[in-house]
Amino acid sequence: MPAPTLPSANTAAAVVSPSDYAIEFENVSIAFDDNVVLDSISFRLAHGETKAVFGVAGSGKSTLLKLAIGLLRPDSGRIFVLGEEVTRMSEQELFELRRRVGIVFQESALFDSLKVYENVAFRLMEEKLSPEEIERRVREVLRFVELERTYDMRPSELSGGMRRRVAIARAIITEPEVLLYDSPTGGLDPVTSNTIVELIMKQRDVAKTSALMVTHRLQDAFTMATHEFDQATNQMVALPKGQRGEVAMSFLILKDAKVIFDGDAHELAASRDEYIREYIS
Amino acid sequence: MALELELISPFEVAKEFALAVQEYTLLSAQSLANFFRRPLYMGDMLQQADLIGVGSLPIVILTGLSVGALLALNSASTLQRFGGVTLIGQLVSLGMVTELGPLITGLMVAGRNASGMASELGSMIVTEQIDAMRALGTDPTKKLITPRIGATAFMLFFLTIIADLLGLIGGYGVAHLLFGLDTQQYWTSVWQTLVFRDVFTGLIKPVLFGFIISTVGCYYGMSTRGGTQGVGRSTTQAVVASSVLILVVDFFVTKLIFAIFGYR
Ligand SMILES: Nc1ncnc2c1ncn2[C@@H]1O[C@H](COP(=O)(O)OP(=O)(O)OP(=O)(O)O)[C@@H](O)[C@H]1O
Ligand SMILES: [Mg+2]
Repeated sequence: MPAPTLPSANTAAAVVSPSDYAIEFENVSIAFDDNVVLDSISFRLAHGETKAVFGVAGSGKSTLLKLAIGLLRPDSGRIFVLGEEVTRMSEQELFELRRRVGIVFQESALFDSLKVYENVAFRLMEEKLSPEEIERRVREVLRFVELERTYDMRPSELSGGMRRRVAIARAIITEPEVLLYDSPTGGLDPVTSNTIVELIMKQRDVAKTSALMVTHRLQDAFTMATHEFDQATNQMVALPKGQRGEVAMSFLILKDAKVIFDGDAHELAASRDEYIREYIS
Repeated sequence: MALELELISPFEVAKEFALAVQEYTLLSAQSLANFFRRPLYMGDMLQQADLIGVGSLPIVILTGLSVGALLALNSASTLQRFGGVTLIGQLVSLGMVTELGPLITGLMVAGRNASGMASELGSMIVTEQIDAMRALGTDPTKKLITPRIGATAFMLFFLTIIADLLGLIGGYGVAHLLFGLDTQQYWTSVWQTLVFRDVFTGLIKPVLFGFIISTVGCYYGMSTRGGTQGVGRSTTQAVVASSVLILVVDFFVTKLIFAIFGYR
């Protein structure tokens, strides 16, 4: 859907239509009964950017991701995804939009009655691609997350880290324009966490996908800000000192239902807010 | 728990009930409308049909046989007093085809499958699999509920026919072996008693009951809250609610048929 062009749009470059951003939250509030989880928060995610979302447990990070794809409806405020106003769409319209967005749930949420390849192929099967095409792409994406040998297994036979990677494979198989990761490294050992961070970086630097990444581990986000993915060697490489933070990476911190920080690595390092200093130290 | 001791106003209860009925109606209406919308998940429907039909077969055979036999035994003890044992065939066939066949099959399948659906969908709710499906751009009412409705209504229809037949056979066993009724005599009276309206009543009921079982089971599954305990709660509620609803609807359908065709 093209953004409506205002008469002044040609002359005033400052006029920003929502479609200039992958995701935009405008004064979004949500409460569960008396528990105000998000209180009039606003932020924007530019195309191709990955934004790490921090906050203590229960600060509303998962809620924020679910709001973004319309699994939850806010009490007030507006949410735009890829230029479409999620908050005004019906569930039926949302199904279309959601095909352009991938999400990795905190607990992976794999379909436990389906095999790994059926989970990963779910979207392709819905699109009625040929079985050969589906198998080829499932194998390709499982190789991408280094789990090709789990093809015929059931989710219950996998470890938590493997499930997480299958969930990532399921989310990225259709190459969505936006990805939402909910604590992709939560509860995992450092080695597995690193593999997953590398995968997310690959999505950012190779596929140029826009993403929100909820995480508890500040370290993951710093790795993301100080490294880039090198396609030639198929691994991440540290940026030279001068270029640190020159990647499409930003940070958002939630506290007491508000956004207390939204900016890039330099701004984060320069922040004087006591809570943030404590958080990043 | 202290919470349970709190007084709940009857008004609140009524409001909640009305809300649940509204949600149930909406879900059922939408799932029915899905039959006319693409995509229709035939594969899932077949899988469910297999699960409900083949899986319920043993229990339906067993209950069909024993209910038919019981019906014959009970009517015979009354009929014997008037010397009318030859009427067993009529009573069994009418009772089985219009009433007991559909009812016991419905109640059996409700116990087996309404609970199964509620617990399966309930677990999917609490493990966020339903959310994941929605997030993947697939409508769970289309992929999960509509196939279950189609499969249950379709299979219950045939299961009822099987239960009816076995009921008649069970009745025959009792009539022939215990009361010495002639084979030819029994089956002729079975056959001659039935008229169009009886068969019609007996076949419309399972379709309605199938609809009730699947929609109630799915509704309780989809409205599950509160973890594994919630799944258990939904499961029992689904069986109770669908069984009660089947009995109520059975009464009204029978009444309606009488109103349309007149009393026999
Ligand atoms: N469906 C719900 N019903 C009621 N309250 C909810 C619901 N979902 C979330 N909450 C509440 O909203 C708050 C935020 O939850 P959320 O899951 O978004 O936290 P989070 O930041 O993702 O936490 P964590 O880091 O532990 O994953 C919590 O206080 C939680 O109790
Ligand atoms: Mg969370």
